[in-house]
Amino acid sequence: MAQAGEPGPPAEDGGDERPKWDNKAQYLLSCIGFAVGLGNIWRFPYLCQTYGGGAFLIPYLIALAFEGIPLFHIELAIGQRLRRGSVGVWTAISPYLGGVGFGCFTVSFLIGLYYNTVLVWVLWFFLNSFQHPLPWSTCPPDLNRTGFVQECQASSTVSYFWYRQTLNITADIGDSGVVQWQLLLCLVTCWMVVYLCVIRGIESTGKAIYFTACFPYLVLTIFLIRGLTLPGATEGLTYLFTPKMQTLQNPRVWLDAATQIFFSLSLAFGGHIAFASYNPPRNNCEKDAVIISLVNSLTSLYASLTIFSIMGFKATTDYRRCLDRNILSLIDEFDFPEQSISRDDYPTVLTHLNATCPERVARLHLRACQLEDFLDKSASGPGLAFLVFTEAVLHMPGASAWAVLFFGMLFTLGLSSMFGNMESIITPLLDMGILPRRIPKEGLTGLVCLACFLCSTCFVLQSGSYWLEIFDNFVASLNLLIFAFCEVVGVIYVYGMKRFCDDIEWMTGRRPNLYWRVTWWVVSPLLLLSIFLSCVVLLAQRPPRYKAWNPQYVQFPLREEKLYPGWVLATCVLLAFLPILWVPTIALAQLLARRRQRTDTQPATSPKP
Amino acid sequence: MLWLLFFLVNAIQAELCQPDAENAFKVRLSIRTALGDKAYVWDTNEEYLFKAMVAFSMRKVPKREKTEISHVLLCNVTQRVSFWFVVTDPSKNHTLPAVEVQSAIRMNRNRINNAFFLDDHTLEFLKIPSTLAPPTDPPVPIWIIVFGVVFCIVIVATTLLVLSGIRQRRRKNKGPSEVDDTEDKCENTITIENGIPCDPLDTKGGHINDVFLTEDERLTPL
Repeated sequence: MAQAGEPGPPAEDGGDERPKWDNKAQYLLSCIGFAVGLGNIWRFPYLCQTYGGGAFLIPYLIALAFEGIPLFHIELAIGQRLRRGSVGVWTAISPYLGGVGFGCFTVSFLIGLYYNTVLVWVLWFFLNSFQHPLPWSTCPPDLNRTGFVQECQASSTVSYFWYRQTLNITADIGDSGVVQWQLLLCLVTCWMVVYLCVIRGIESTGKAIYFTACFPYLVLTIFLIRGLTLPGATEGLTYLFTPKMQTLQNPRVWLDAATQIFFSLSLAFGGHIAFASYNPPRNNCEKDAVIISLVNSLTSLYASLTIFSIMGFKATTDYRRCLDRNILSLIDEFDFPEQSISRDDYPTVLTHLNATCPERVARLHLRACQLEDFLDKSASGPGLAFLVFTEAVLHMPGASAWAVLFFGMLFTLGLSSMFGNMESIITPLLDMGILPRRIPKEGLTGLVCLACFLCSTCFVLQSGSYWLEIFDNFVASLNLLIFAFCEVVGVIYVYGMKRFCDDIEWMTGRRPNLYWRVTWWVVSPLLLLSIFLSCVVLLAQRPPRYKAWNPQYVQFPLREEKLYPGWVLATCVLLAFLPILWVPTIALAQLLARRRQRTDTQPATSPKP
Repeated sequence: MLWLLFFLVNAIQAELCQPDAENAFKVRLSIRTALGDKAYVWDTNEEYLFKAMVAFSMRKVPKREKTEISHVLLCNVTQRVSFWFVVTDPSKNHTLPAVEVQSAIRMNRNRINNAFFLDDHTLEFLKIPSTLAPPTDPPVPIWIIVFGVVFCIVIVATTLLVLSGIRQRRRKNKGPSEVDDTEDKCENTITIENGIPCDPLDTKGGHINDVFLTEDERLTPL
């Protein structure tokens, strides 16, 4: 524990030299790659669309300024100053706070398990994109080849490919089914790719990050240019970005903006602490924090431009197909010549026919086609990538190439986030000296990847995607918020605001100004606490439920809402609270150890907690 | 008398071929959708060809080898291009059962489509489901091939990295013992050659002697 009031030279790290970044660019790219992940692509555009388009940017930027950047700065500064991973940092600040580090470590492990499973799905789609026509463009014929498979016909080709041919999903979470061998193969490959990149810690990830951090931007630009040239892109962009200010009155908007910033920056994983610990001691972490946060938010905006233009194109295509279907029905029913009704004439013709022969028109059950309805169909998460976007890609000329690019981009985005995740697991293990010195780093990273692979095989069962949803909802949200709160409180109140400001002045040459001090002292902890309480309230409001894909369901293809069975709920509670239990456990253990020490050595210089 | 017979025959024929009549099928063609600019006009000659194709299909059915073009009746031709047709027996009083016509058309669907440059979607026989083409699966699914390539690359790269790491460590283990030898030599030099201290030995003539650079500074330690 650092005792001196004066910030002395950096703390020891075990005797041998700590690895360091080859150059500043590697460090920045690693942090950016860790922060910029799949959520920037499929969560932010959805939030933007649901919460009033451009108006959402207001709570988002406010949350960035008062919560995101201050917390991020703390992580980078404390990691750079104490030059340890998360467990080491918190043990150094106070032995009683060591539990925070262990908790971050556990959460990173759990998140790494399911995050890589998403990469498995992305890899599966990537492998299947190298063919024309794409496998999700048609339904397979049924047994006697008179029609298509019933499940496919009732839902859609992309849904069938996703739920049946990829996941082979069961109708209930209790029914685990068998391991999907094709996903298992992809899982092996994914973990081998992760191992290949983290094999020597930042020495290897530092090289890989050049590609994995920059490739997504290249692909986003290509998609943006292509998307803007597609019909309907401008409608999509204007409709989705037009601000609707009245949504700001809904408190849910502010909550979602704050949580989005928090999770988007990947705070409280311990990954940024680990990355910063490899920095030279005198490095301007304040500038780094601001730059990386801004790059992350700008990437989200840039990605939403691309996504909205493609979604606009998809909505326009669906709208035109809806119109064409209706026109064909009218032509077939009234035996008009082919192609005699254009899309523009359709409304007038329809009203005329409705006036003359309403019963025949009513018999056709024509669907009302409104462009806004199609534009309103939003999706987030895997649904956006694997259902909506894959369908949009089908209508673009050269579909296979676009699919390959898109899933390649998703893979590299997720991979660069996995690097940060794995660093937050590996760096504490290295600092703690878990394995004897003679076992090389490659062995340690190999063991970690093997352990993660074995644990994540549960996600390639047929019910795997239900479990992934559970992990996503329960592991990440509450735990990370608590650990972030402990981080702020631990650094500012336990380590000491004055000492921390002195450290930053020593490292960057400038003392943190009023903005930083106020946000660290008051604003960020309060914000975190309120977000945490809101999340708890929202979770407790109604029993958690999930949407199951059940072909036997009456309203198929709508997903059936089911409640979680008891044992699953118990697992949810365990996942949500077990990592947090590290904090009181370690504090208690330290307390007992000190008390025993005090009774053993009689005239004790009582150790200051 | 002849006129009366003629009208009677026409009347019977008109009765046999009617929309929703027994054993009648509706056909719908979408020529402009299929062919665009090269679309042909649907006239009586095309109808004749159609009757010929249907008759040809029926001739392939056992016990119906004597079907003639005149046995196929068309009616209610619309501008959509859609019409109804029935196939009568040689007596021209009864229509052939729908099941026989259906199976005949299904078996020769491809020939009929090709005669009109259309396909199953643009030449529709309502109520006659078409047999879908079998899925053209390659013997080895393409994704397995791509997977094999990716997997091999990853395995090779991982092996190379692990082996190079082992080699680096072996060199590092040998390194410190070499440094010790030269340090001994350095001390000997001082005693043998006077006036040359060990320190400038690492900058001999302006070149940095790499032996005195520790492995730690040159290679990031593992």
